[in-house]
Amino acid sequence: MLPAILAVGVTTAVFIALAVFLLIAERYLVNYGVSNVSINEGSTIFEQDGGTTLLSALYDHKIFVPSACGGKGSCGFCKVVVPEGGGPVLPTELPFLSRAEQRSGVRLSCQVKIKQDIQIQIPEDLLAVKEYRARVSEIRQLTYDIKEINLELIEPEHISHHPGQYVQLQAPDPAGGFIHRAYSISSPVYDDTKVQLVVRLVPDGIASTYVHNLAVGDEVLFTGPYGEFRLNDDPDREIVLVGGGCGMAPLKNIVLTAENRWPGRKVKLFFGARTTKDIFYLDMFKELKEQHPNLEVVYALSDPLGPEEHWDGETGFVHLSVDKYLEQTSRRQAFLCGPPPMISAVMQILGEKGMNPDDIFYDKF
Amino acid sequence: MNLTPVWVVFLGSIFTNNILFASFLGMCSFLVVSNRIPTAIGLGTAVTFVMFCTTVINFLIYHYILVPLGLDFVSFIIFIAVIAAFVQFLEMFVERFSPSLYYALGIFLPLITVNCAILGASLFMVIRNYNLTQTVFYGLGAGLGWFLAIALMAGLREKMGYSNVPRALRRTGIVMLMAGVIAMTFMGFTGMLSTG
Repeated sequence: MLPAILAVGVTTAVFIALAVFLLIAERYLVNYGVSNVSINEGSTIFEQDGGTTLLSALYDHKIFVPSACGGKGSCGFCKVVVPEGGGPVLPTELPFLSRAEQRSGVRLSCQVKIKQDIQIQIPEDLLAVKEYRARVSEIRQLTYDIKEINLELIEPEHISHHPGQYVQLQAPDPAGGFIHRAYSISSPVYDDTKVQLVVRLVPDGIASTYVHNLAVGDEVLFTGPYGEFRLNDDPDREIVLVGGGCGMAPLKNIVLTAENRWPGRKVKLFFGARTTKDIFYLDMFKELKEQHPNLEVVYALSDPLGPEEHWDGETGFVHLSVDKYLEQTSRRQAFLCGPPPMISAVMQILGEKGMNPDDIFYDKF
Repeated sequence: MNLTPVWVVFLGSIFTNNILFASFLGMCSFLVVSNRIPTAIGLGTAVTFVMFCTTVINFLIYHYILVPLGLDFVSFIIFIAVIAAFVQFLEMFVERFSPSLYYALGIFLPLITVNCAILGASLFMVIRNYNLTQTVFYGLGAGLGWFLAIALMAGLREKMGYSNVPRALRRTGIVMLMAGVIAMTFMGFTGMLSTG
């Protein structure tokens, strides 16, 4: 017994000695002094203790660069332009940067450490991103694995966003700390005191499990809005929306926003599902269609019908319906949101219909 | 006590008992980081430094703490902890004073922690019953031996950029073959020194 206790004691003592040595070394070696961080050619300047990552320094100053992985260098969302003071590009960043991006100084802000005065450029939109505190006001079960979560904003009370944008919801990580996941806003732009999300329960997904376990009255934190999609302002331009599963979220927002702002504008919504059990929002769109005859809604089921199922809509993969219902024109804008194979199939069809790739915006997940 | 003269320990650890070519320890980083001479020299220097310092520290801990207390059975875990802490220190040091080397070594700098040659040197030091002077020269020699091996291989691989390697042997395959051939030439040193 004694040797065992002695062994544990000695091992612990050696470990503690090593830890103390490292702490002392860190104090003297990783102390870079205070550096200036200058954003967008001096429009914002703050001082920062050296040695921290750019991403966490920006978060400390309430500039919310998107990041889904929490600074581990695995999502590639936190890109910013660093013209000066960022040091060489790290091997950990290379998988996320194209050659053009590397030439123009794009970096992953979670990998850049502040060691000297540094200049960065961030899109103005990102400076408008805020952190929101909100309360769950209503939860609806849309299908067996998709829930609609309605959040009432507490602080700040209003949000201004463009349809198609997303927020980053904070969820506790069972392994400690927090993770952030992106969810599109499904409530229309004019409803600026609330944010609605449509979340599918991903097996073993940390954030989606957290969201599905929320109850009415719970408080959540998120940052936003993020996303570069902008609706074309020309009311004569047709809007084509294609989605599957919880890809419905941004599409619903776009439909409601567009019909509110341009009541006569042509909007075509295509939604792909497997079976009748995966269908949601169809009744709501049918009602909306009665007030807005220019809205066209097509749901397509890809799986063969079961013995108990009744369906009078389209069948087959959703890109076949897109092919069937769209005529040849380049005067339209498209937003696609769904799994990668669906996006590639629809992209090809839209190209054949004469659309310019610049007018197609997509979000793969 | 091992009575081998110090200079024999030193030269032996570089040539006849080269830790890479005789014991084949530390192969992973040897295979991957031997593409270019400057990087290979950088990693070789880092490994030499870590190997030298950790064998000496481990010698002191082993002979002045573990053996008197009869705790030599925890030597593995202590050795690894010392190596890990030392590599952490080295990482901070290199990042501060030579950022370009830090970026060139990338992931292989922290991976020195699990470079088996380093733990191997500490264990050989124990098995062969070296005294402190011998350990000092053994740690340095083993490090220099690894440095020599990776620098040789990087030189060959840079030249090999101009040769037409059969497709099936490109990258790791040809490197393994060359390592084998170099190991055989190093065997030619055997018998020049008797390292005990």
